[in-house]
Amino acid sequence: MAAIAAVTLLSLAACATDEPAASPSGSASAATGSGTGDQSKFFVQADYDAELALLDAAPTGPADKPWEQVLNPTMVDTAKFKKNGPHKICFSNAALNNPWRQVGFKTMQAEVEAQKSRIKEFVHVDAEGKDQKQIADINDLLGKGCDALIVSPNTTATLTPAVEAACKAGLPVVVFDRGVNTKCPVTFINPIGGYGFGHVGAEFVSQKMKPGGKVLALRILPGVDVLETRWSAAKVAFDKAKVDVVGVEFTDGDPAKTKKIVDDYIQRYGTIDGVWMDAGAVAVAAVEAFQDAGKPVPPMNGEDQLDFLKIWKDKKLTAIAPTYPTYQWRTPIIAALQILDGQQVSSPWKLPQPTVTQDNLDQYLDAGMPPLHYAMCGCTDLPGYPQRWK
Amino acid sequence: MQTVQPRSLPLRLPRVRPGGVLPILAILAVLLVLVGIRQPDFLAPQSLMSFLGRSAPIILLAAGQYFVIVSGEFDLSVGSLVTAQVVVAARLIDSDPARTWPVVLLLLAFGALVGLVNGLITTRLRVPSFITTLGMFLILVGAVYLWSDGAPKGGLSEEFRRFGRRAFEDVPLLGRVPYALLVLVVLAVAAVLLMRSDFGRTLVAVGDNPRTAELSGVRVWRTRTFAFILSGLAAAVAAILLGGYSGVSFQAGAGLEFGAITAVVLGGVALGGGRGAVVGAMLGALTLELLFALMNFYGVSGALRSTVQGGIILLAVAVSATRSSSR
Repeated sequence: MAAIAAVTLLSLAACATDEPAASPSGSASAATGSGTGDQSKFFVQADYDAELALLDAAPTGPADKPWEQVLNPTMVDTAKFKKNGPHKICFSNAALNNPWRQVGFKTMQAEVEAQKSRIKEFVHVDAEGKDQKQIADINDLLGKGCDALIVSPNTTATLTPAVEAACKAGLPVVVFDRGVNTKCPVTFINPIGGYGFGHVGAEFVSQKMKPGGKVLALRILPGVDVLETRWSAAKVAFDKAKVDVVGVEFTDGDPAKTKKIVDDYIQRYGTIDGVWMDAGAVAVAAVEAFQDAGKPVPPMNGEDQLDFLKIWKDKKLTAIAPTYPTYQWRTPIIAALQILDGQQVSSPWKLPQPTVTQDNLDQYLDAGMPPLHYAMCGCTDLPGYPQRWK
Repeated sequence: MQTVQPRSLPLRLPRVRPGGVLPILAILAVLLVLVGIRQPDFLAPQSLMSFLGRSAPIILLAAGQYFVIVSGEFDLSVGSLVTAQVVVAARLIDSDPARTWPVVLLLLAFGALVGLVNGLITTRLRVPSFITTLGMFLILVGAVYLWSDGAPKGGLSEEFRRFGRRAFEDVPLLGRVPYALLVLVVLAVAAVLLMRSDFGRTLVAVGDNPRTAELSGVRVWRTRTFAFILSGLAAAVAAILLGGYSGVSFQAGAGLEFGAITAVVLGGVALGGGRGAVVGAMLGALTLELLFALMNFYGVSGALRSTVQGGIILLAVAVSATRSSSR
């Protein structure tokens, strides 16, 4: 049987030698690029226009503390929530199931510690990514004597009634990250959003790549609003730039799958001239696929995760990193304390969404931090830095 | 099994020895021709070597799964075991090169231990292996989730990753020979030798008819437990190669157990045990990967892969059932 294995290997090798240098990838174009396809049903033109306008808006607030800044503020009165401290602040968290949320939550805990003279107790409940658990969590927290409730909803529609019930209980509610379909919370905190993210990456890739080149778009999974908006903005940018999007693939956020997909496309088309992705978790895997295939890494976007920033600098990539900043986890604590002071806060509270570019890369690349850390944590001035994030 | 009685049944397919590797070699050859027509570049040494290297983990898992299946059991836990190993490795190595070898040894020991537990529960407590290993699958998924808070931590060292990622450069004729391919060849030869040894024959006998084996003095439980340990070890090696190939991932092993079972069945190994060759199982894995590569060249959506895999399992089992009932 060893002989059979050997013969098989030999015959495979033999096939290899008598193969002529036939037409390269060009012939494979029958496997036509799907192009960018139809626009996502999540796409809302007005929101898209608003977000792109915000990318150029000047924020108010301290320039060195983007987590306290607001874009186009509209202030609301909070005098009725004024209360003497120190306070008990409760937080219903959708999940801690990815590095982005891990970094964010550590940042929030550090912010609580920084404010410990004003917070007597901080209660955190993790819904583990389950809507039903989060509904129950919020209900439980209402009976625990919280002075303010922070919610990071797992899904928008399903959590809306639970948030409405919390508002009715009379305590100030602050929602951040993903939203809910109700105006009842005192404020909703999030960065500019997915259209801005997707647009920045796609515009960069289409400008930097060779004209008429082939772009591969990598998406985590379909049907999630924050990710759909990223892709739909990228689609608009690619359509406008008339680049050839040869594939739009779902990676499940899995590096192994990503590497195989990118490798497949390199095999099928000979070369890929630009890579766009809706989240940075698989960026390094995509870079490695080009390296291991012995091809130059084309212009691409990632996110502000340190593994990507590091490979970007080490390998001198042509890259950009739009962000969905983790410093937004600081803001709800700050907002809750301002509300309990009776100070006015902006509602909605739109945070700036910085982009890591070649020019400011060194400023964000901290070699001492772990590979899955997010550079845009705004946490360097917080207690326990850097140990807490390692 | 060698003495096939010349009973003539109508509509008999050309007679092939059950469990032989000829059918899978034929399928593989057809696929190679199709790939050659569609994408001749793929058969160049460089890309062929890289293909074999990246297929090494699933081929090893198929070999591991073969030992268990031929002895009459199942191992559904290998996929989650691979994930657990990759996540554990990343956290323990934490990007420190000095910890590479100790962690490699630890992973092998961990793989063997999981196999031992699977085997003992199945054979001593008489829990059907389908349930034992399904339980182990869930335990590992949950334990990894709990231990890591749902997101991988740490990082793999370059030293660890080279097994799955690097290659001997500039080899005459072949170009770049991945380390993974070398690991595969060595272990494949070892697996073949093992199956030709007394142990191998005993393993097949146990799968064919455990009662007879027991009566002829074989300690069935020990043989089967050893098969599970081999499967756990194969998962450990696959995890080292996969982690090296793509880095830390929470989905590193997702679905690999079904890939391995499909490959084994495709390779002509009978579910229920007692029939089939380890080379067939490994060729089955290679064929499956080649089929996926071919689908890619024809622009078939990757989403269809699991559908194809399911179709193959059903078809292969149905074919083998018809063949054995007409025996």
